[in-house]
Amino acid sequence: MNSIRNYFMNMWDGIYTVLVGMKVTWKNGLLRPITVQYPRERMEIPEGSRNQLYCNIDDCTGCLACERACPVACITITTSRRGAEEEVYTSTGVRLKLAVPKFDIDMSLCCYCNLCTEVCPTECLVMTAAHEFAVYDRGDLIYRFDRPWQVQKGILPPAVPDYKPKPKAAPAAAAEPAPTTG
Amino acid sequence: MDQIVPAAHGLIAWLAIHVWGALGLLNQLPGELFALLVMVVVGALMLVFLSLLPLFFVWLERKLSARIQNRLGPMEVGGFHGWLQTVADTVKLLLKEDLVPAGADQRLFKLAPMLAVMASLAAFVVLPFSPWLIIADLNVGLLYVVGVGSIGVVGILMAGWSSNNKYSLLGAMRSAAQIISYEIPILLSLLPVVMLAGSLSTRTIVEAQAGFKWFAFANPFMPLAFLIFFIASLAELNRTPFDIPEAESELVAGFHTEYSGLRWSFFFMAEYANMFVSAAIATTVFLGGWYGPFAAGPLWFLLKCFALIVLMMWLRWTLPRLRVDQLMAMCWKYLVPASLVCAFGAGTWYLVINHLRGGTAGTFWFWS
Repeated sequence: MNSIRNYFMNMWDGIYTVLVGMKVTWKNGLLRPITVQYPRERMEIPEGSRNQLYCNIDDCTGCLACERACPVACITITTSRRGAEEEVYTSTGVRLKLAVPKFDIDMSLCCYCNLCTEVCPTECLVMTAAHEFAVYDRGDLIYRFDRPWQVQKGILPPAVPDYKPKPKAAPAAAAEPAPTTG
Repeated sequence: MDQIVPAAHGLIAWLAIHVWGALGLLNQLPGELFALLVMVVVGALMLVFLSLLPLFFVWLERKLSARIQNRLGPMEVGGFHGWLQTVADTVKLLLKEDLVPAGADQRLFKLAPMLAVMASLAAFVVLPFSPWLIIADLNVGLLYVVGVGSIGVVGILMAGWSSNNKYSLLGAMRSAAQIISYEIPILLSLLPVVMLAGSLSTRTIVEAQAGFKWFAFANPFMPLAFLIFFIASLAELNRTPFDIPEAESELVAGFHTEYSGLRWSFFFMAEYANMFVSAAIATTVFLGGWYGPFAAGPLWFLLKCFALIVLMMWLRWTLPRLRVDQLMAMCWKYLVPASLVCAFGAGTWYLVINHLRGGTAGTFWFWS
């Protein structure tokens, strides 16, 4: 008798669970699709997301901290000493003793770990929101940030920005945080 | 443009004169030849309809499945909701290389998709879209549909076996076992309808349901028969939850693993055409065919088929796949006994009601 009962209970269970499932799919079918039609619509890039690197070369002190921090060695920097008469400062007023004739980042190697931007003392190396930089030639993924090349490509104006040296801070003024510029 | 317009005018004028002349000749044709001509024209219409049908239903299925999974589905090709997507896919399939595996049995491999499509095409012969829109009103229509439906299994088995691929053969074997098993509940659930209508002709069966006397509600056993038919036809179509012959996770793609391009699209077309055939038979037999409110006509028939197909798609994207043993258990332990009960119950009901009413045949609806 029990087995007969089980037989019909099984049948009922089958039909009932199918209906439950159909209810679920019906509900989901009425929901708004969450698809973002990518090339036309874009999702907002979250703040602090790690994408393409950018170096503001006018602030770079040539300290090589980023090159050393990079785990995949995608940053190549060469520096040369500036003459004593050259008075160039960063936007924060630090005197630049080194020129940076070569600052290459190979984005095809970059692993987006963000270690380079964290060690940068002048915060001139940053992660930007740009993330669509597919190219047809692998060589095009080597990004050059040295000033002469950027000037030649029209990315930077030829004139070097005339940043002023940081004023000698009084001991009292050093206690309160200075307003950051740039 | 200046040259195209007069050329088009000339073409239209030429067509008008000649086609009109040809139509005039029609009156002089002997009656049998004229009937044959009508049959050919209706048949050609059905063929076009059948070839366009899968395009629409594949698109519809992709959109429905997308919505169920909170996606959008095809949106790009053709502008409005990707309505040309399947056309683009078909063109792609047409352009693909026609590959036959080196180890395959060449002739059978090439014949199999044709057989599969032929089986679903053949079933279209007796589908009554309306009293006149029917290629041939056979007096064994229902039997014929079930019969030619089984040819599809031969095509599938042929495809799987001739591919010389273990997955194909396994899929084909599963498919054959499944379809042959599920033929029985299908036939047994169609039996009460034949008893009630007193005919196997599809047109007569629909005409017996005139005035909302749908066979699905003719007596307490008929809804069950309809349910059994629907479930069993899902299994016949190799659709989820009964798609074990082409279970992707187990058998790559089952019997059509080795097929590509046009031959593969033939199987696909057969699958979707079969879906329509199954829905159309369910409509004819249980849901009153072309009858509906306001005016009877092919539109009602198509609407009912459409609703059933949407239901099939909805089920497909709801349920997971059955195991092989569960599939067989469902057929032999549940559907076959239930359909036997249905056939017996419906027949008894018919007899008892007829006896109570003094033997007037045709009044077997329990509310009338």
